[in-house]
Amino acid sequence: MLPQVDVLVIDDGSTDDGRQRAMEAGAKVISHPFNLGYGSALQTGYKYVLKKGYETVVQMDGDGQHDPSFISDLLAVVQRGEADIAIGSRFLKKEEGGGSGPCYQVPFTRRLGMKLFGEITSLLIRQQVTDSTSGYQAMDRRVLEWVSGDKFPVDYPDADVIIMLYRAGFQIKEVPVRMVESPGKKSMHSGWKPLYYVFKMFLSILVTLMRK
Amino acid sequence: MPIRNKVVALVFGIGMLIIIIDLVRRRKLREEYSWLWLMTGAGILILALWFDLLKWVTHLVGAITPSSTIFLFAFLFLIFISLHFSVVISKLTDRNKELAQRYAILESELNELKKQYVPHESDLQPG
Repeated sequence: MLPQVDVLVIDDGSTDDGRQRAMEAGAKVISHPFNLGYGSALQTGYKYVLKKGYETVVQMDGDGQHDPSFISDLLAVVQRGEADIAIGSRFLKKEEGGGSGPCYQVPFTRRLGMKLFGEITSLLIRQQVTDSTSGYQAMDRRVLEWVSGDKFPVDYPDADVIIMLYRAGFQIKEVPVRMVESPGKKSMHSGWKPLYYVFKMFLSILVTLMRK
Repeated sequence: MPIRNKVVALVFGIGMLIIIIDLVRRRKLREEYSWLWLMTGAGILILALWFDLLKWVTHLVGAITPSSTIFLFAFLFLIFISLHFSVVISKLTDRNKELAQRYAILESELNELKKQYVPHESDLQPG
């Protein structure tokens, strides 16, 4: 689909055949010795691509939620230098006709949380952010250097990272993308985790603002 | 203070100090983490021998009986040591993550190298 990109898959201590299948599909796979969590998996990827000298990287979730046909849209924004980090938004409408929006029903409480943190982020970075929880992003080398460091919060990095990146002086731009419901698998935001997520995000944003 | 209380407190204080120092000696407890426990043991000993100090502290914190002062400080000590452990665990978690990430990256690089390096027949033959 995109022959000019190298594909890297981070296997965060999975026990199924995902690793094998990714390798058979021609991707490079890095396996954690045990489960480290979503943010740590992202960061392993950042560290690797930084070490290998890549200039730009697109990250996407491995559960099929992110439509890969938008990779080039995200990449283009960063490569043209319009922003240091491009964030794929499922709520942003494509200007040239045909609104996108998420192609699935986001549960009410989650939509509320997304809206809340989206508004807080927009306010703090003085720029409209419609989808602060999106893990579908493209970034340049300067951002990679930042997110590989120890300031990157490894549990649920979302809105707080956008605020941290803004305060570190990076240009952020949202790009409309299509997301579909993750097929089958249980979301990482299930059970009591949303409650922890809200708590963590508030605390993380608060202490971010307290750091100079 | 009744002599019975004094003896019990002394026995506990001395016993605690001996256990802590022995743990450090056998390298089961790092010096780094032993100081809080040693201070507690020493605190018990000092208060057992010097009851007036305990009475003075009781007056200072506004407690009525010396026993509530002891409970207050025992409780505070436990809270602080738990907090201290949370800080240590956070540090260990960060290091653990860092190690696992580096290990994973190195392992993938090693596999890559192994794939590239296909040994020649001649390399395998002894001298």
